[in-house]
Amino acid sequence: MNTLIITSIEQGLIFAVLAMGVFLTYKILDMPDLSVEGTFPFGAFLFARFVSMGIHPIISTLMAFGFGTLAGLCTATLFTKLKIKPILAGILTMTILYSVNLKTNGKSNVPLFNYSSIFHKGSILLILIVIVLLIKIILDLFLKTETGYLLIATGDNESLVRSLGESSNKYKLIGLMLANGLVALSGALMAQYQGFADMTMGNSIIVVALASIIIGDTIRKNSQILKNTTRVIIGAIIYKLIGGIAIDLGLNPNDLRAVNALIVIIFISYNNFAADFFKFGKSKGGEQIAKNN
Amino acid sequence: MLKTINLSKSFNRETDNEINLFNNFNIEIEKNKCTAIIGPNGCGKSTLLNIIGGSVMADEGQIILNNRDISSLREEERAIYIGRVYQSPSMGVSPSLTILENMALADKKGEKFSLRPLVKKDRIPKYIELLKDLDLGLENKLNTKVKYLSGGQRQSLSLIMAAMKYPELLLLDEHTAALDPKTSQVVMKKTKELIEKYKITTIMISHNMRDAIEYSDRIIMLDKGEIVLDKPSWEITERELINIYSEKIVA
Repeated sequence: MNTLIITSIEQGLIFAVLAMGVFLTYKILDMPDLSVEGTFPFGAFLFARFVSMGIHPIISTLMAFGFGTLAGLCTATLFTKLKIKPILAGILTMTILYSVNLKTNGKSNVPLFNYSSIFHKGSILLILIVIVLLIKIILDLFLKTETGYLLIATGDNESLVRSLGESSNKYKLIGLMLANGLVALSGALMAQYQGFADMTMGNSIIVVALASIIIGDTIRKNSQILKNTTRVIIGAIIYKLIGGIAIDLGLNPNDLRAVNALIVIIFISYNNFAADFFKFGKSKGGEQIAKNN
Repeated sequence: MLKTINLSKSFNRETDNEINLFNNFNIEIEKNKCTAIIGPNGCGKSTLLNIIGGSVMADEGQIILNNRDISSLREEERAIYIGRVYQSPSMGVSPSLTILENMALADKKGEKFSLRPLVKKDRIPKYIELLKDLDLGLENKLNTKVKYLSGGQRQSLSLIMAAMKYPELLLLDEHTAALDPKTSQVVMKKTKELIEKYKITTIMISHNMRDAIEYSDRIIMLDKGEIVLDKPSWEITERELINIYSEKIVA
């Protein structure tokens, strides 16, 4: 049980990086970006390619981030310049990436056991915590900058961004590039963690990301102190723990995807309906209000 | 001063539904005055404002703002000179940000957005002073998210945000139409105070004849893309305006 919890937390931390990326597009830009299904294995294959060329694993991981942003550039170009709807633009990028991923190493599965990884230096859990915290802090700081706020405003109200003399498309581009960079980084971490890069590792990864974001939203819904990035990280870990415990209790791993989708459905419907229902039960009449004040 | 020269705009071109809204349309708006544009739906009021603001491009013609030809500038490039308040209270603000953050965004209008922190402490007294002018108590709610404000409060905030960098031209696109009559009057009064205090050249679209007379210096009535009336506001009463309206347009 103990190893199960640690494994779940480790995988949760890797998916937290993915979820922070998707958070930028799904929550901040209010835009469905499906290209991440291709970007996640793209990051893994890029890492495999670089590390097999003899490049240091840390540099290879950072390069996966850098090249991952290009996937965002592709989606943003399709969407802002060629006026293709965001959902289709994402699917097209994902489809392009499928072929690119196969081309990167010339095969659909690359074992990495013979190469060194960033996890060889010490405790995997500790290294992951440092990476995730670092990304979280940088992202939080970025969202407090002038550019970061315009990213939020772009998702909120594009006409305001234009009225400030700025092009909203520019901020969509920045958001998509950052998001895909983080997703590729997460893919590179996953490849090192599991010891191989595989074509199928991106399948339904968007559900994992959305589940993490939505579970994160559910935690202490009205708290002003809890930052969105913190919510996303906790959400990803809880999500992985639920999956881990389910398998530990005897769930067939083949059924895991359906269970994953079910978790998303349950949490979204909880956010939509049950939260109000429970609140209704809690605050009955003036007595409770008087007590609260 | 704003001037349009031979402005033309048609919609649904080369179809059976082609509408030639403006044909060689010329208008001059005086500096530091508030000009009200009235007219029925489809007369071209909003289209004119969109063409001036840049969200709709004219087919032909020029727009000159203070001796500068802005016809070929994109909407975001024109925004540096032009402030705009929309009909919908959520169009001029970012609802998920706080009042302070919205003010700080508006404060950066036309400047380069960098990687420095947006909210600068030394600017906060300036924001508080501006918000105090509104008399709505918003200065005590700096950290409240704008989505929790009422329509009137949001619209007043939009107004301050559009005006705080002293635009050369302010476009008010039926900015009180979505508010209840009482709030609408409060926002109109604040609007007048603000544009008089900052001496901003303003074009205001309204469906309310009384507002148009009371709060503007000049009234222009449009019908099918043409000017059917152009008079100083003090030369006309609400009764006369309604009579002209029904005579020239409804008939």
